[in-house]
Amino acid sequence: MRVGIGLPNTVPGTRPDLLLRWAQRADEGPWSNLGVLDRVPYDSFDPMTLLAAAAAATSRIGLVTMVITGPLRSDLVLANEAATIHALSGGRLTLGLAIGARPDDYDRVGVARKGRGARLDHQLAELRDAFEDGSVGPVLNGGPDLLVGGGSDISLARAARYADGYVHGGGPPRAFQRAATRARTGWSEAGRPGDPQLWAQAYFALGDEDTVGRGRAFMRDYYAFTGPFAERITAGLLTTRQSVVQFVRGYAEAGCDELVLLPAVAELEQVDRLAQVVGG
Amino acid sequence: MRIATIGGGPGGLYASLLLKRASPELDVTVFEKNPRGATYGWGVVFSDRTLTSFREADYKSYVQITDDFVIWDAIDVRFKDTVVRAGGQVFSGIARRRLLDILTRRCLEVGVDVRFEAEVHPGGADDYDFVIAADGIHSATRTRHEGHFRPRISEGASRYIWFGTTLPLDSFTFIFRSNDDGLFQVHAYPFDGTTSTFIVECDERTWRGAGLDRSSEAESIAYCEKLFAEDLRGNPLMSNQSKWISFPTLKTKSWTRGGEPGTAPVALLGDSVHTAHFSIGSGTKLAMEDSIALANAFEERNGAAGDPDAIAAALADYQMERKPIVERFQEAAEQSQSYFESTRRYQELDPEQFVFHLLTRSGRIDYGNLRLRDPYLIERVDRSFSTRAGGHERAVVAPPPALVAFDLGGVRLANRVVLSPVAEGSSENGSVAGPDADGLRDALESSPGLVVTDEVAVSAHGRITPGGAGLWNDDQVSAWTLLQDGTTPVAARLNHSGPRGATRSRGRGIDRPLGDGGWRLLAASEIAYGRNTVPAALDERTHDEVLADFAAAAVRAGRAGFDAVVVEMGRGYLLGSFLSPLTNQRADDYGGDRERRMRFPLEVFDAVNGAFDGPVCASVCADDWQRGGATAEDAVMVVSELRQRGCALVEITAGFTTPRFTPHLDPYYLTVLSEQVRNECSIPTLVGGDITTIDQINTLLGGARADLCVLRPHR
Repeated sequence: MRVGIGLPNTVPGTRPDLLLRWAQRADEGPWSNLGVLDRVPYDSFDPMTLLAAAAAATSRIGLVTMVITGPLRSDLVLANEAATIHALSGGRLTLGLAIGARPDDYDRVGVARKGRGARLDHQLAELRDAFEDGSVGPVLNGGPDLLVGGGSDISLARAARYADGYVHGGGPPRAFQRAATRARTGWSEAGRPGDPQLWAQAYFALGDEDTVGRGRAFMRDYYAFTGPFAERITAGLLTTRQSVVQFVRGYAEAGCDELVLLPAVAELEQVDRLAQVVGG
Repeated sequence: MRIATIGGGPGGLYASLLLKRASPELDVTVFEKNPRGATYGWGVVFSDRTLTSFREADYKSYVQITDDFVIWDAIDVRFKDTVVRAGGQVFSGIARRRLLDILTRRCLEVGVDVRFEAEVHPGGADDYDFVIAADGIHSATRTRHEGHFRPRISEGASRYIWFGTTLPLDSFTFIFRSNDDGLFQVHAYPFDGTTSTFIVECDERTWRGAGLDRSSEAESIAYCEKLFAEDLRGNPLMSNQSKWISFPTLKTKSWTRGGEPGTAPVALLGDSVHTAHFSIGSGTKLAMEDSIALANAFEERNGAAGDPDAIAAALADYQMERKPIVERFQEAAEQSQSYFESTRRYQELDPEQFVFHLLTRSGRIDYGNLRLRDPYLIERVDRSFSTRAGGHERAVVAPPPALVAFDLGGVRLANRVVLSPVAEGSSENGSVAGPDADGLRDALESSPGLVVTDEVAVSAHGRITPGGAGLWNDDQVSAWTLLQDGTTPVAARLNHSGPRGATRSRGRGIDRPLGDGGWRLLAASEIAYGRNTVPAALDERTHDEVLADFAAAAVRAGRAGFDAVVVEMGRGYLLGSFLSPLTNQRADDYGGDRERRMRFPLEVFDAVNGAFDGPVCASVCADDWQRGGATAEDAVMVVSELRQRGCALVEITAGFTTPRFTPHLDPYYLTVLSEQVRNECSIPTLVGGDITTIDQINTLLGGARADLCVLRPHR
């Protein structure tokens, strides 16, 4: 299993210059990928634009959306953006997509929630064709790999039908393992050769009580839309070196290929603290 | 802070006890509408694990409960006049009445106000700070906010009735008995020194046929006493307001409800929020586990201080903790319930296989697990399995089912494990080559019982992707011949593209049309597969061509050294498009009812059977998993026809008839279909899904759910 790190692009109040320094620090290692989240009506940086900047600021690290809400975007404009980032970065982009869980993203952008699954199906097929045919944007190696997120059998079957892998939404290793088994079943039932790439994510905040407290406050706010469950999701925040080590090991044993650890605190020390725990 | 518990069953009492014990300052009142000591049902069963959690939750009641226990460690199955015993299954039983008595006294001891014959009307507890609704499956509290809780109740297909008996038992006992009316089964277990629970179950048809739908309680008792006279050995059946009912399974979307001005926050608990078929465990067990989780969440969030946010957080914790666990339990319960609804199908099985199937019915116990619990039983299962397959009954070693040889229509397979490597599409002009050839070579070298190829096209237009392999010319015959090692049998999967076909390589996604580079597609009707081009409906000319192509490919398969062929009739390809009403809308002799829809696939089967000297198999879609599509009953009809025509084996698939099916990624769904087709049609089946271990294969084979399994080893 390889381990990547997230950019704090949805942590409110993050300074623009921090993001690029963060990307450069991450590029120095040991991380495999640099992940971004997607949120529209929120104090956050746009994931695609930010990855374009990160592509210019880095030379080695993979760039991944974990995940973006596909149906909010026009298929071909998204294809063009993604192909551009992929080309600018020398083929380092992985594009993760899902229908997303937040109603206000749809409502504020003005896209109907109804039928969003079918629209994502269509979008995935369009992206793949556009990347392969080179009909939209610059062509590089058949375009970025595609990942699909979401927990239902329909999402997992969607990943098997159109994508190169699956992104799990978070939780203890056992929850990931159950989803991974179903993802592989969907893959073999669809007659796809080989195995799906299995990606996963978790949030971390390392440091003193005050730092961890700010991380928790971000989690509560970011997941406020889940109502009382925000508290439970916040409880999953990895706040000690020990919990990070055990979590990483649990995911490796559960068959994860790529784990991306997302920051809940936008301070550069977070990158170094995590590197001390998850070296190489 | 004031808490009202509605319902004084084990769940309500236990939750009240645990809350009050943890926070003595709470004011907790239990409202029970019945008088003290009035109870329905006989005994309650707990597993070892449940008891451990009771011990941690409240030691005093734990000790009293276990003092009263009857403990046993075996399951006996009486079937066809034999008794098979499975050991290593530790359970304990207690009288429900006794359990209630212990919990009531313990509640009073810690200061819970328990009121009997006290009914709470909807809204009657609104002035409390928190309400626990443990008021059973017909919960008035839940019904009052039905739009919020969103309950769903589904009724089981069987009828059952709950009796007691003085028959002493030393095990959990299943009894299967038939008479002229049909098949009846009993779930019986001891729960105190003098009484056992005795539940009788049968299907609806049997129940009506026996006149039990019109019988009084006394008549039902007389009927059952007569039927089970041999088992009861003169002991009477006792009633407790016993009625024949269907089991209602309740699932609830939301388990809790936040407070608002004028109404208290509510937690549903026990039967008011979920039920699970009695054949894998008691509702009491689930209710008491709910109680523990609720009390823990309350303590952790300091809900007793009465802060509404803390109560809301505790309720969220409670639901997040319990709902996934209960949902998994309900899944297993549904599997167990559907087993008991279809026991009629298994009457032809040997006792050992029948018992193994019963014990592994819910997917929670597998072959390896049973071997640890009772090695002697597994030895018997292995021996009867291998003897049935032609092994000597006194052989020194009886191999596990996966390693028992199989006779595939005259071809001997050394074991029951099948490998079927997925092709990337590296064949050249239909001649197998590159990674696809390597994949097959690797499969052959690992010595499975059988290798089945990916789709082999019977014509160039019959391919799915340009890199698909075929058998329409002699170069292709040579390419296949070169691959085979002559020791491991190989089957060619003969196929013609249908609504699905002329698509790009599956390496980066499936069903992606080739577009301009594509070729003419054929199907039953002109219905496109997703974004694919519209296929032409098979006409007289193409009908004859396809038939001839299949026959010619079958001849070439023989020349190429294939030991068997599989005719592909599923997965959205040509023959599958005839079988499903979703894709066949023809008005001629090949469309309409089942018989007409299966006509062309059967013609193809006969043509292949006539042209191939060896076993001919078929791959069938056993369920379209889509409304209006073909179901297992349709598959059973097709397979019965195939069997009469000499089909040696049926491979079970599901879905993919159209792109709009509902996927079921739990491998359990396919194995249930396989089991149904196998045992209703008396034909060997091959099943895939995501079988990754030999243990899974032993479980499937040992339980008569399939005869061969496709293994997909993980990295």
